[in-house]
Amino acid sequence: MGIEKNTVEIAPGIRQVPGTPVVISPIDKIINWARAGSMWPVTFGLACCAIEMMATGASHFDLDRYGIIFRATPRQADVLIVAGTVTKKMAPIVRRVYDQMPEPKYVIAMGSCACSGGIFKTYSVAQGADEFLPVDIYIPGCPPRPEALLFGLLTLQQKIKREAKKWGFWR
Amino acid sequence: MATYLEINKKQVNEEKWEEPFYLNMGPQHPSTHGVLRLFLELEGETIVNCTPIIGYLHRGVEKLGENLNYNQAIVLSDRLDYIASAANNTAFALAFEKLMGLEVPRRAKLLRTIVCEMARICNHLLWLATHALDIGAMTVFLYCFRDREWLLNIYEKICGARLTHTYVRVGGVRQDFTQEIIDELYKFTEEFPPRIYDYETLIDVNRIWLKRTKGIAVVPPEDAINLGLTGPCLRGSGIAYDVRKFRPYDAYGEVDFVVPTGKNGDTYDRYRVRMEELRQANSIIRQCLDKLPETEGEPVVAEDAPDLLMPERIKKPEPKPVPKKGVIFRGADVPVVPPGEAFAAIESPKGELSVYVVSDGSSKPWRLRVRTPSFVHISAIPYMTKNHMIADLIAIIGTLDIVLGDSDR
Repeated sequence: MGIEKNTVEIAPGIRQVPGTPVVISPIDKIINWARAGSMWPVTFGLACCAIEMMATGASHFDLDRYGIIFRATPRQADVLIVAGTVTKKMAPIVRRVYDQMPEPKYVIAMGSCACSGGIFKTYSVAQGADEFLPVDIYIPGCPPRPEALLFGLLTLQQKIKREAKKWGFWR
Repeated sequence: MATYLEINKKQVNEEKWEEPFYLNMGPQHPSTHGVLRLFLELEGETIVNCTPIIGYLHRGVEKLGENLNYNQAIVLSDRLDYIASAANNTAFALAFEKLMGLEVPRRAKLLRTIVCEMARICNHLLWLATHALDIGAMTVFLYCFRDREWLLNIYEKICGARLTHTYVRVGGVRQDFTQEIIDELYKFTEEFPPRIYDYETLIDVNRIWLKRTKGIAVVPPEDAINLGLTGPCLRGSGIAYDVRKFRPYDAYGEVDFVVPTGKNGDTYDRYRVRMEELRQANSIIRQCLDKLPETEGEPVVAEDAPDLLMPERIKKPEPKPVPKKGVIFRGADVPVVPPGEAFAAIESPKGELSVYVVSDGSSKPWRLRVRTPSFVHISAIPYMTKNHMIADLIAIIGTLDIVLGDSDR
């Protein structure tokens, strides 16, 4: 193959023509790289975990260095962090916020309540956000530490970098 | 009341609107501190009427508490007001102790007072951070979280959890402070007062801050009492009511502190009261730390307090546990708690938090009722927002310092 002879592999699946600024790569890789580098979550706190989510975004842990910037409106966001207990009264609204987000969109269930209902197995609590949302990442803990949320977000980045043909509207 | 969609449809079809403009705010709104929903009736940009709609975080904590035994019910109290969990734990523990007739050792009382005041500092720092962020000052947010993180680290050393620490238990506290924690707390109390001064230099003479807080949501003293406001919201109106002074619990009787009050009862005064409370809380922690060596070696749990069933004790089964007084076995209906009722009130950072518990003699509370400050404060929003602009609504929600987990329970 001519390509392999004249190019050097600089990253898995990405080849550079030596001495030139030319890079040959599948378009998936570039788009996934761009997406993973700028995941913007919605500022949407439900309960206790929202405080840890704020702490993660604030000075000590600083999400901005990963390109993760909180947006106040779902229309500008890519990631919905379900941070806290989802009650049956709140579930339709969470779903509506999710529906308002443009694709591609990802959901992180943060905390035991959003994962499985947690300790609140009562008449008013939805037993997990996955009852009405396609959840990508589960972060257990009551509430999870900011490091756990960071790990969840970085895992989501890895997941985004792997995906192909999921949204597929550039094809 | 017609629904929001119907009204808007009507407004679109009619050229001249006879009715006022209706606007829905929340539950997804960055400055409603969670899931508060407000239904606004507007005239131009002025609020004519405002109806808070709550219940989006109703988790059934009271009902759930009736199916758990007394030590387990304290775990639920962490999730009520999740910013200041230690204060909630204390309220629950005080009510249960009154019911069981337990006398808490002095060292445990001092330790409880320290964690309660740490919770107050945590709460007020978070309040200042979000309130300033809503009004438009980003820097304060970052500064406050820096110091809050320090306190949370100390909490982690104390009990292993950052936010939901079930450190206070029935009859005392779970474990004693180590010397490392005491040293760290001394260091904190040394360095914290200059930092409060830092925050004040950031916003106290800021023209925008003054414009947005002075004269906003003025509550005269008599109205504040009638509305049922407690805590800094009441003290901002000039009434020096503080449960810590009037009905001292834990070690508050033996420490020296001032109850700060405001004059005008506006948002700015409530801000000043809270800043002063930060200083007072710092000094209370200092005084309690100074008193700790006097009680060196005392137990931190009352002798006849109900035992906690820790996992390792469940693993190796003992011959057959004999029900003795003060031991609560999970699920067993051993009459260990005398039938009766008890009521305890504390000064949580947000206001007066009271717990009412009725026992029928079994190991679980028969009825558990929590009076939370946020619920009462939300009911004051219609009064406070009347004839204010929409932009001021953000400041009013901020100044009340509400947490929806606390109000909806």
